[in-house]
Amino acid sequence: MEYIYKKVKSVEFNLLDPHTIKKMAATKVVTPELYDKEGYPVDGGLMDVHMGVIDPGLRCKSCGGKLKECMGHFGYIDLARPVIHIKYIDVIYNFLRSTCNRCGKILADEEKIKKHRAELEKIKEEGDIIKIAKTVDGFISSIRTTKQCPYCKEKQKTIKFDKPITFYEGDEKLNPNNIRMRFEKISDEDIELLGVNPKYAKPTSMVLTNLPVPPVTVRPSITLETGERSEDDLTHKLGDIVRINQRLFENINAGAPEVIVEDLWDLLQYHIITYFDNGISQVPPARHRSGQLLKTLTERIKSKEGRFRYNLTGKRVNYGSRAVISPDPKIKMNEVGIPLSVAMTLTIPEVVNKWNVDYLKELITNGSRKYPGANYIIRPNGTKRQISEETREQLLEELEEGYIVERHLIDGDISIFNRQPSLHRMSIMCHRIKILPGNSFRLNPAVCNPYNADFDGDEMNLHIPQTEEARAEAETLMEVQHNINSPKHGQNVIGCIEDAISGVYLLTKDMTLTKDEAIQLLISVGVTDFDKFTNFKNNVNGKEVFSALIPDDFDFIDQSKDKKDVIIKKGKLVEGVIDKNTIGEDGGSLIRSLYSVYSEGVGIDIMGKIFRLGIAVLLKIGFTTSISDTDLPEKVKEQIEEILYESEKKAKRYIRQYKNNELTPIRGMTEKETVEVKILEALNKARDDVGKLITKKASDENNPTIIMINSGAKGKSLHMAQMAACVGQQALRGSRIERGYRKRTLSIFEDYDLSPESRGWIRRGYKEGLKPYEYFMHSLTGRDSLMDSALRTPKSGYLYRRLSNALQDLRVEYDGTVRDSNKGIIQFKYGDDGIDISKSESGTINVEKIVKEVANL
Amino acid sequence: MSATIYKDYENTLPKPILDNVKTLCSKYKLSDAKIKKTLEKTKEAYLKAQVEPGESIGIVTAESFGEPSTQMILRVFHFAGASEMNITVGLPRLIEIFDARKEPSTPMMEVYLEKKYATSPSKVKEIAEKIKGNTLEDVASEFLLNIMENKVEIKLSRNKMQELNLNSKDISDIIVNSLKTVSVEQDRDNIILKPESKTNKLSDLYKLKEKSKDIHVSGVKKITQVFPMKINDDEYVIYCSGSNLKEVFEIEGVDSTRTKSNNIFETAAILGIEAARQTIIEETLKVLEEQGLNIDIRHIMLLADTMTRSGGIRGTTRTGITKEKESVLARASFETPIRHLVNASLIGEKDPLSSVVENVMLNQAIPLGTGLPGLMAKMKEKKK
Repeated sequence: MEYIYKKVKSVEFNLLDPHTIKKMAATKVVTPELYDKEGYPVDGGLMDVHMGVIDPGLRCKSCGGKLKECMGHFGYIDLARPVIHIKYIDVIYNFLRSTCNRCGKILADEEKIKKHRAELEKIKEEGDIIKIAKTVDGFISSIRTTKQCPYCKEKQKTIKFDKPITFYEGDEKLNPNNIRMRFEKISDEDIELLGVNPKYAKPTSMVLTNLPVPPVTVRPSITLETGERSEDDLTHKLGDIVRINQRLFENINAGAPEVIVEDLWDLLQYHIITYFDNGISQVPPARHRSGQLLKTLTERIKSKEGRFRYNLTGKRVNYGSRAVISPDPKIKMNEVGIPLSVAMTLTIPEVVNKWNVDYLKELITNGSRKYPGANYIIRPNGTKRQISEETREQLLEELEEGYIVERHLIDGDISIFNRQPSLHRMSIMCHRIKILPGNSFRLNPAVCNPYNADFDGDEMNLHIPQTEEARAEAETLMEVQHNINSPKHGQNVIGCIEDAISGVYLLTKDMTLTKDEAIQLLISVGVTDFDKFTNFKNNVNGKEVFSALIPDDFDFIDQSKDKKDVIIKKGKLVEGVIDKNTIGEDGGSLIRSLYSVYSEGVGIDIMGKIFRLGIAVLLKIGFTTSISDTDLPEKVKEQIEEILYESEKKAKRYIRQYKNNELTPIRGMTEKETVEVKILEALNKARDDVGKLITKKASDENNPTIIMINSGAKGKSLHMAQMAACVGQQALRGSRIERGYRKRTLSIFEDYDLSPESRGWIRRGYKEGLKPYEYFMHSLTGRDSLMDSALRTPKSGYLYRRLSNALQDLRVEYDGTVRDSNKGIIQFKYGDDGIDISKSESGTINVEKIVKEVANL
Repeated sequence: MSATIYKDYENTLPKPILDNVKTLCSKYKLSDAKIKKTLEKTKEAYLKAQVEPGESIGIVTAESFGEPSTQMILRVFHFAGASEMNITVGLPRLIEIFDARKEPSTPMMEVYLEKKYATSPSKVKEIAEKIKGNTLEDVASEFLLNIMENKVEIKLSRNKMQELNLNSKDISDIIVNSLKTVSVEQDRDNIILKPESKTNKLSDLYKLKEKSKDIHVSGVKKITQVFPMKINDDEYVIYCSGSNLKEVFEIEGVDSTRTKSNNIFETAAILGIEAARQTIIEETLKVLEEQGLNIDIRHIMLLADTMTRSGGIRGTTRTGITKEKESVLARASFETPIRHLVNASLIGEKDPLSSVVENVMLNQAIPLGTGLPGLMAKMKEKKK
């Protein structure tokens, strides 16, 4: 383990001046050649070994380091003629506009300068960088039209900037040499007044006279399978620059005509522009021979795949694993089942001490092929040895305190489990390892909700923290039981779902079991406290079975889904039925009571038992759904028919009224809109009525679908209605379907047909089957919702990115204030009362519970 | 008696919680001793639920918005209740608020009235009519393009003018004032517009016609529709599409203490930054409620406070909150990295590495949560 004692305190940015470029360079690059005949880097070439090495075996000529030891060294190119730095073009323009072309002074009289200086100094004290830039901009635009220098009285011609890089003074072209000469005359004081700090950035450095060449390690070449070398884009570009630069030198020395020199100079300028940025408008981008755009400096830095977002902010770890997930309701919620192959590949480093030396020796004896074993040992000097058949004996002998053994994972080890997209902090939680047969990660279906996972092929990631600190932090802050309550709204995100709810619902509703059955159920769930069974008579009520899971001193009052009281007194469920309201996700009051009264650990344990009990009950009695669940009695069918007929009649009446111009429009609407709204209203009401009727008529029956609806396990009465009776009106963007053919939706309808069926009214249910035109209308809304979610995801993703970037450094200080990274106060107390939402109950303190507790109600 | 008990807790418990205790204690008729016990327990629960120092509260807020926003419906328009007004809802509106756009895509106002006006339907209607902004298009019955003579002929509608207490002379005066380089002739209910320029381009004439339609004639500018609505037993509120607080406040009978707009910038300019903060909170809540999403108000408050704390409104964009960050690297890692680096180099900016991303980049502990506290230890001096 390597400890880092040094910490970077600050990072400073400035502009390299030619002198520094030369000074920091290890070599001067003078030839575009890369390698000699033997394939060895040429001295003075772009791959010069003075600038670092990328080939194993070679040594850097500057520091003597081998590959990976030497970080690389800069080189430099001496430019034959100065060239403008494209990234500073705006600054150059500003300097040209606001200084005299002869004496280099700012084109403003002393009084104005004095005023500006005072203003700048005042802002500088405040330290507001943005404001400085603004005042300087204002100053420059106020003086740029000055016609005559107030000091040397020289007449000033207007400077014209011809994008991308050419400047004209009047009609005369300014070449970089002229610009540089002018900048040399500007005094440091004046530079400062124009918003540039001469200590860090001199305007003369914005016109390049030499160019730093990045180390070879920054632009490594790749050896292809054919043995051919493929150079990095930067090397290509630098090669172009060196080539043209050498030609320019030769031509100047040979006294070539000015036209040729000018042309080469422009070419050099072009190459240097594209070296810095290959995406400047009006500059044709440099390309590979294949036509692919070169990726030069700017492209390396910017955007999602650039250095900042891809490499610097995105970190990668070792000791990770990714696999398909599948459910296992029998494991605990804070466990994750992993395959043996994963357990034998990922390891945990364990330091040898006198207490664990025997145990670790056993693991080494097992080796890396036999579970539980160990893969590597690390000696105190840092050398790593693999444990194999050959080395095992020797390593066993060698092992002593202070050695580190990288052992296989065993049950109960800490792991970090994650599913993308990681939208909130519950997307990464700590689970304990449980080794299971199979080849997938197993997780309890109750924790699907925080991860937003399902088992249709989802994959998840697992990481084994390697240091003691990381494990401690994961265990105390990230374990599943500490994340039951969401910081979003203060309600539980983990709770019983689906079959677990149905099972407990049936059990507590009106189920009687024999004593044997009851005990068998409870033991299968994991109840080990046999005292609980002593009061069981021969016939045990389901409520009693449920009560066996609850601690004896627990009191609880709430309401079930159908607004009836649920009362638990002294650990006994006295009244009511357990359903989604009490044990479900997002507001399961029983679950939150349990963990707030006892502890998070106890709470999640009991919740796990309740979950398994529900499933065990269903397993025992058998529970399924079938198409016959949606069968309706003749009488109900008639009633439904009645409702549908009435509403259709109503719709037709509206249409008739509209066609006869008898309809009084709702204010602010046309008659057309009015009729649409009224029809939509009538038809939607019809479907809702049908839904209500079906659940009411069928609720007494022992119908599994209805049980699921009533317990809150899955589905709403609307879905039942859609299957059994009527799918209802299909709506596109808030109105009935209007598109399709001209004047009508489908060719089977007449022009201007406003009737319900021609506008997406589906009067049949899924079981009965849809008419072709109904099916078509249904597919329209289906497609629309697909499009909707496809369009929404990137939008909301960007919103999230912006929000987290804006808010990421806000934190609660020790004094309770909320501050940003500059220590500026945002709030004096978080949320005015300092309540942590994840520790609250739906954002507040549950006073009612306390009062009731005190009043002993 | 019991009042004094509560007094002791005024400094420790926030008012809403204390009030809650008060009402519940009197509801269950608790004795003083029991009230004391309740308060003590409440205090304990309250202190237990406090945020811990170093909590990365900003990230939590961002997550709390980011996660549910994926579930939002991208429906743009919505009919508010029984009314016919279009308002932007859902994700687009949320983005609009957080971006701090200068003008919402559907500006809206809720105009409350003073007591004596609010209850009488006739008076409400009167005020509503005063508020509604009318353009030339509203009072005209016809716009004609006379291509032969290169002029626009406008026929005014008698009835509509009467409704608004206007006559053709007034209208022609308004047109003269608002249109330049156009000669205006009025003849009873006809108004003729003639461009003074010599170019006889048809497109110019057409543009003139369209431009003249938008000329504001009466009422409050920018307000296109008004809907008086009953909000409770007998109080009426006027909902307006379009927002213009300043002019509405000048109308007699308008209760300027309750009237609000959904335009954040306008609210800030007229009612101050605290009102703007409140508007951000309310508008965000409205969107979330409409979508049936449950997000704690503290998150919205934190965001609103961050957006408004400089005294102006800053959106969560690269030109807003992020631009004002101290750290060069933090700004560069968000958007337009090159520009930030170049500008930093000009003044030799120093990044103090005081926030999160910079430290992530440099592989150092971030100043949040468990990375915040430092540990001081006395080290044995090394032997030299």
